[in-house]
Amino acid sequence: MIGLIDSTMLKLFIGIGGILVLATIVAAILWFAKRGQDNSTLKNLNQRIAAWWVMALGLAVTLLIGETAVIVLFLGLSFLALREFLTIAPTHRSDHKTLVWLVYIIPVINYWFLWEHWYGAFAVLIPVYAFLFLPIRNALAGDTENFLQRAAMIQWALMVCVYAISYIPAIMQLPVMIHNGREAAEGSALSSGGAEGALLMLFLVVVVQLSDVFQYVWGKTLGKHPVAPSVSPNKTWEGLIGGVLTATAIGAGLWWITPFTWWQAALLALVSCLMGFFGGLVMSSIKRDRGVKDFGATIAGHGGIMDRLDSLSFSAPVFFHLVRFFFTT
Amino acid sequence: MNVKQLLKRGLSGLITTASGARVRAEGTDGEAPDFPPQAIYFANHSSHLDFVTLWAIMPAELQPKVRPIAAADYWGSGLKQSVAEGIFNAHLVHRYKDRAHTPADARPTRQTDSGSSPKTSQLTGMTDILDAGDSLIIFPEGTRGPGDQVATFQAGLYRLAQHAPEVPVVPVTLKNLSRILPKGETIPVPRLSQVIVHQPLFVDDDESQEHFLSRARGVLADELATDAQGETA
Repeated sequence: MIGLIDSTMLKLFIGIGGILVLATIVAAILWFAKRGQDNSTLKNLNQRIAAWWVMALGLAVTLLIGETAVIVLFLGLSFLALREFLTIAPTHRSDHKTLVWLVYIIPVINYWFLWEHWYGAFAVLIPVYAFLFLPIRNALAGDTENFLQRAAMIQWALMVCVYAISYIPAIMQLPVMIHNGREAAEGSALSSGGAEGALLMLFLVVVVQLSDVFQYVWGKTLGKHPVAPSVSPNKTWEGLIGGVLTATAIGAGLWWITPFTWWQAALLALVSCLMGFFGGLVMSSIKRDRGVKDFGATIAGHGGIMDRLDSLSFSAPVFFHLVRFFFTT
Repeated sequence: MNVKQLLKRGLSGLITTASGARVRAEGTDGEAPDFPPQAIYFANHSSHLDFVTLWAIMPAELQPKVRPIAAADYWGSGLKQSVAEGIFNAHLVHRYKDRAHTPADARPTRQTDSGSSPKTSQLTGMTDILDAGDSLIIFPEGTRGPGDQVATFQAGLYRLAQHAPEVPVVPVTLKNLSRILPKGETIPVPRLSQVIVHQPLFVDDDESQEHFLSRARGVLADELATDAQGETA
């Protein structure tokens, strides 16, 4: 075992690498076959595949280094996600000092608690202390115009971009709770979740991201009936059902990297994929309301960080708490 | 490329990353703009980040020949002055309102509808820069505004354009920088900004000051009015 990578994870990464090699070859063949034609979809596909390579390799490298690197990675992603969120959120000029707390101080404490494996503090910092503190700071700034909207907007930025996303690396600590109980896990040593915890996190990430990919593929090929036409015409029932079922099957097939039986893995994958779909739907509503297509242009072909993490930010907290509730004592 | 240039490239990269600046030519979805070898760049002004960002987006080979104009009352002392002049190659000017009274002030100057007319001496340094073949970055509003509007322009832009009619006057719209670092704040809040480089303007032979300034200001005001990202007050 090097870092958090053991032989099981090596197999998983070889599998992911294989899929990406296959996707790259297929895209290259399509590119060659359709050369000279208008192929913006194909260009986007190539950009997406290239970005997937970078994301997969980046995650592999951080796992090689260890849990601290993974936590720092997600702190960075939270920061970038906040930046995108605040770009489109209509905050007031008078919110500036509240936003300084939101961006520089609260996320760092949140991820620090996570790094300390201090679950009790991690779980309440944002929903209790930060959610009460931020409107207080805002009230002290003295601007009451649209106060409720501004307070809600700032809390939501924190909820989605920081609290929800930080549940992804929090999954790495679940095996400690599963094997030694919740109390023993409190304040346990860094990396005590080991390769098993890292694999559990990868299980969620792989299943939910593949669910996004297959929803796109099924939607593009068979999609006719939009789920919520006023929010996003691209999210169809055909894409939703096809994508979620495909990814659930993959999740069931990945039971061997988790502590679950195949049907437990399938159920958790199903719930995660559905939450992921709703995450995308909610983020699309926000984008539509603000009149933007993407949260940014950070990842070529994909849009912004939040465009890629929207589904994970909704599925990770639910996945974490379902596992914690049913599998730990 | 020597060490100093390398450091400046690194700093430019750092600034554009920090301000999340997306630079694009007017009317495109992200195409890189053309930067003429010599130009008078002018932009809307709402943040201390404005001139730093404009400096940072310049191509490496042009950067040493671009002179941002900065106010001496803010940038003209101590460390800030060394940073402004040493790194950003800034030319510091004393704004009319806080400049020591000089004999030139006693002479009557033409006042226009486009705002106060700066005294000629303030412009001399800038025309020297143009005569030397270098480019200028100026903020014709004269002071930082709230970010979603453009104030009336001071006459300096017209005078400079008239002084060197062959040099293109390039409008640059800066979006969202005021939301990153508004007037009166010291800690920037991260947001993505946009830098839109427009088609160059030239002053016509018989064009009046008022007409040219409102044409120039209009380019920035129109761009700011499109997809405004929701900042109020």
